[in-house]
Amino acid sequence: MFWKSTYNEFIKIAAKPRSYIGLGAVTLLVGIILFAMKLDGLTYISFITASFEQSLSFEGNILNGNAMAFIILQMLIIHIPLLVALVTGDLVSGEAAMGTIRLLLTKPISRTQILLSKYVAGCAYTFIIILWMCFLALGVSKLIFGNGDLMVLNSEGLVILQQGDILWRFIAGFSLAFLSLVTIATLSLTFSCFSENSIGPIVSTMSVIILFTIIGTLDVAVFDPIRPFLFTTHTAAWRSFFERPLPINSIINSIVVLLVHIAVLLFIALYKFNRKDILS
Amino acid sequence: MSDTPEKIIEVSQLVKYFGKFRAIEDVSFDVYRGDIFGFLGPNGAGKSTSIRTLLSLIKPTSGIIKVFNKSLINDRNFILSKIGCIVEKPDFYRYLSAEKNIEIFARISGVSVSKSKIHEMIEFVGLKGREKDKVSGFSHGMKQRLGIAQTLIHDPELIILDEPTTGLDPQGIIDIRNLILQLRNERNKTVLLSSHILSEIELIANRMVIINKGKTIIQGTVSELLNAQTVVVSIGVDNKEKAKEVLLNDSFTEDIDTSEPEHISLQISQDQIPFVNKALCDHGVNVFSIESKRKLEDYFLKLINA
Repeated sequence: MFWKSTYNEFIKIAAKPRSYIGLGAVTLLVGIILFAMKLDGLTYISFITASFEQSLSFEGNILNGNAMAFIILQMLIIHIPLLVALVTGDLVSGEAAMGTIRLLLTKPISRTQILLSKYVAGCAYTFIIILWMCFLALGVSKLIFGNGDLMVLNSEGLVILQQGDILWRFIAGFSLAFLSLVTIATLSLTFSCFSENSIGPIVSTMSVIILFTIIGTLDVAVFDPIRPFLFTTHTAAWRSFFERPLPINSIINSIVVLLVHIAVLLFIALYKFNRKDILS
Repeated sequence: MSDTPEKIIEVSQLVKYFGKFRAIEDVSFDVYRGDIFGFLGPNGAGKSTSIRTLLSLIKPTSGIIKVFNKSLINDRNFILSKIGCIVEKPDFYRYLSAEKNIEIFARISGVSVSKSKIHEMIEFVGLKGREKDKVSGFSHGMKQRLGIAQTLIHDPELIILDEPTTGLDPQGIIDIRNLILQLRNERNKTVLLSSHILSEIELIANRMVIINKGKTIIQGTVSELLNAQTVVVSIGVDNKEKAKEVLLNDSFTEDIDTSEPEHISLQISQDQIPFVNKALCDHGVNVFSIESKRKLEDYFLKLINA
């Protein structure tokens, strides 16, 4: 019954026009970035390399597909949460607003199974978004800009990664980015269980992300104890895969923090959904 | 073997609080196999809350709910697999076709449902030819019919319809009423039908309960409840005093109200009406109109007005 319900959720997501906003937006944004970089990418790169040009000389195709993928991932990972929340925040509250939740919950399937099937479908949607972004950022970029070594500017300096050493880093980086988006999908699903309309969970999710991001970036000592535990602190953890040596402990720490968030949020969502009186 | 029909629903001392607000105080009723059971009460009486509790959409504060002789708490999925329902208005996924909507609900109904069965049900409710249309373009009446198709798709034993005629035009009301009768007569379904309109229940139900302010007021068979009551007859006459004298002399009743202009009112049984009319005419009292109202209807109206 769980998989039948999950299949139903896939059908619903596929049939909703809002589901295509995310894919469309990613395509448009990546398209704009690639277009702009094709026109004036060298100027952009020279900003990054300017401080090293006196001591280093750069040769070869610096403005390559790998650099584009890195720039795209860095730019879009901040905006993708809104696109994910647009769909996952609607999974329960949308049914309440439409009134279909009454029919859904009078079927011989447990509420836990219904919510988990929605969750699995929401995660699959998130995966499709990140996969599409990966295809555009890595595949299309390489077609347009070709292959080459990747230069990454970190707080500790410039890291140059050879092209043969990059693909696995992107796969790992996109996987960690996916985990952080799943955390956001779980957060919006949890809000969705508390709401009777679609807008509330989306706005609430974005509000939490903005609030946590501000707390995370505000250089005030009072926030130091909580900063490592905010999921937004670990949204950019994918970048760690482009450091040398690889900060394994930091990566594991980020994965654990994100997984704990997912587990706690999912527990709250299940608790609320199982005890909710359906009055809509 | 006992002739008593099997009890399908047993609700006893149901109570539901929302915070401090008491939505249901004490609702009890029984539904037997083969019943078209009327669940009657004015708006806000607690009908929808009771039905939602029965379908596990709302958790009761206290009370016992048994369906098919099983506890709703322990055997929820078994019970729901044998129930088809419409709760308030039939809402569907507007962005999907009628057929896809039925498919979605059929898939999680606990039985395997074929495409041909889906088409059969859509045809049964009179929506043949519209199965590929998106529900967003459906009228309320069409959604109601689709709701009944959804209700029947897994061949449930018990059908629960919460105010199924609300918002329908007169033809729609007649169609739904005929569909409900078909369900009982041709498909042997047990139907629980909620309404705030007595005449609607009276027309199709064989048993009923009246609830008000979250409490069961009365329950029994419709014929018992209606026949046990005398009717209040209002007769338009040209001479009220003479009419009263005639009726008192002929011992129809002693309780005759002459307060209304050119009308007398009295409580008699339904079958006495022609004799009253004849007696008045025989004694030269001209009768202009006879209007009868059941006491139960008055009683129900009093509930609503209260």
